Amino acid sequence: MIEPPVQPSLPPTGSAPRRRTVVIDPVTRVEGHGKVTILLDEHNEVAEARLHIVEFRGFERFVLGRPYWEMPVIVQRLCGICPVSHHLAAAKAMDRIVGGEQLTPTAEKIRRLMHYGQIFQSHALHFFHLASPDLLFGTDGTATSAFGAPAPQRNVLAVAAKFPELARQGVMMRKFGQEVIEATAGKRIHGTGAVPGGVNKDLSLAERDALLTSVPPMIEWARRAVQIARDFTIGHLVELLPFGSFDSSHLSLVRPGDGALDLYDGVLRAVDKDGRRLLDDVDGQLYLDVLAEEVRPWSYMKFPFLKALGPEKGWYRVGPLARLNTCAFVPTPEAEAARREFLALTHGRPNNVTMCYHWARMIELLHAIEVIRNLLDDPDLQGDDLVVRGPRREEAVGVVEAPRGTLIHHYRVNRTDEVTLCNLIVATTHNNEPMNRAVAKVARDHLAGRAEISEGLLNHIEVAIRAYDPCLSCATHALGRMALRVELYDCAGRLCATAERA
Amino acid sequence: MLGYGNPGRRDDGLGPALAARVEALRLAGVTVESDYQLAIEHAQLAAEHDIVVFADAATDVPGRAPFYLRPVAPSPDASCSSHRLSPPAVLQLAADCFGARPAAWLVGIRANDTVSFAEGLTADAERNLAAALAALAHSIDDWRRTAGRPGRS
Repeated sequence: MIEPPVQPSLPPTGSAPRRRTVVIDPVTRVEGHGKVTILLDEHNEVAEARLHIVEFRGFERFVLGRPYWEMPVIVQRLCGICPVSHHLAAAKAMDRIVGGEQLTPTAEKIRRLMHYGQIFQSHALHFFHLASPDLLFGTDGTATSAFGAPAPQRNVLAVAAKFPELARQGVMMRKFGQEVIEATAGKRIHGTGAVPGGVNKDLSLAERDALLTSVPPMIEWARRAVQIARDFTIGHLVELLPFGSFDSSHLSLVRPGDGALDLYDGVLRAVDKDGRRLLDDVDGQLYLDVLAEEVRPWSYMKFPFLKALGPEKGWYRVGPLARLNTCAFVPTPEAEAARREFLALTHGRPNNVTMCYHWARMIELLHAIEVIRNLLDDPDLQGDDLVVRGPRREEAVGVVEAPRGTLIHHYRVNRTDEVTLCNLIVATTHNNEPMNRAVAKVARDHLAGRAEISEGLLNHIEVAIRAYDPCLSCATHALGRMALRVELYDCAGRLCATAERA
Repeated sequence: MLGYGNPGRRDDGLGPALAARVEALRLAGVTVESDYQLAIEHAQLAAEHDIVVFADAATDVPGRAPFYLRPVAPSPDASCSSHRLSPPAVLQLAADCFGARPAAWLVGIRANDTVSFAEGLTADAERNLAAALAALAHSIDDWRRTAGRPGRS
């Protein structure tokens, strides 16, 4: 929607603070709306740092009383960025409700194609549009890290101006992923392809051939993206290793039996910072036996944890970094070779470097296009056996690995087909505690002890958050303008100064 | 023509609604797309066309006018810091990535309610939409007759 421009607010006058809070509101170049507050004491040391989610989602309430078959279509309205993930997680739950969880080969492969198209476009969008400005430009001479470029450079248009071919490849990869989704789901955004027990269309030969013609450049560009992320990481190791980093556990789905990376289906596996198993391939239907969520009064986003370890020690990370740490291997050759090189950085042990999310994400980008290429060659995609049914159930859970991590949908349905319970744990929610820790780590390492905090330093906080590619609109419901607002408070809570960029 | 907005938020769906009305006219040489918001891939779409018309709901329509039709030029504006782009930013990407500078217009249609969770336009928005459609159809006729590219830089 077109709105009148907002004028930047002028800093009000006030006495010099002895203790102050720095607020970044909203965080930019992430999906959705969140803010960061950092409380500095009288010595400018970090007393507290938090990522707040300030919008309320409420979807778990919206859907109550609606018929179950609407769920795959309704819940994807959570998000315009990765609706396919919600579409498929809900559809997988509804498969079980209708007793159709053993999909036909055509239905499962169509869904997988849809899902890996989603992974491909989402990872490309994040890396080239949102993250690359932090990675491609050098410092402004005053910053203390590899991504302290001047603010006017930190956007996709600056990338396009300086690296037009790279930006063009990012656009075309995003577009290709959207085309895969449209061919399998019917629409690029909010499609209807997955239905309880299967899918409502196959892939025509014309659709397949149109997609196949684009595959070779996509593979080449994905290889190049892995190289860019790898080279950036290796080239800035000294700065990146500690940046927002900390030891953590990791959680994802893996393929049952061999532990391969599988983004569409599998069992829950968690490992600790050293790779020891914390969850040993648990059926997603039993997630409530192993996971719990803590509520904290200052955020609408919950804090999940492993029940066996409790909220203090049971938190973990999800997403590309976690997935490469939990899986035994990547079941496509080029991405597996890239994973081996990735893990060599940490001598085969789990990688706990926050900024390595970008490298891991690009390895998954390469994996996704390898999977898409293999699927497009499979004649099952042109099958006509699309839907199955079996004994009806009243309760079911659907789990997928969304681009940002593990996505859990849990429903109960009564005998008159109405949804009576809905619980959603989205990827960004799993990463709530890690993102808060990353914010605190960067604040302590880069902001503490400084009397003046520049905009470039505040971007360091956002860089750490962006590594997780959080989707705050999924984690909650998002309304709002994407801008940066900084507020300084004294120790009595009085607002001393504000600054805002539109 | 590219109409964008969220039809699930009442008048925020004015852009897609105008796109649907234009599509129904089946005008030769006119392609129509709808989306929830402008994103980077729309730069490639813009680059493939001679004239691009963006259509969106607007709360900045001057006076009591039902809509405006304004030329748009490429510009690296602040929207490039978010996942949703503005028309000038889309055009800037089209220029930088694809070397294309299509003539471009923005139709901003006055919206009353862009907050409610509901489908369907308000009555006022329906009237504004009809006015915008009539004017745009005339403009498309003019552009075709003159084979000109108004606003082309």
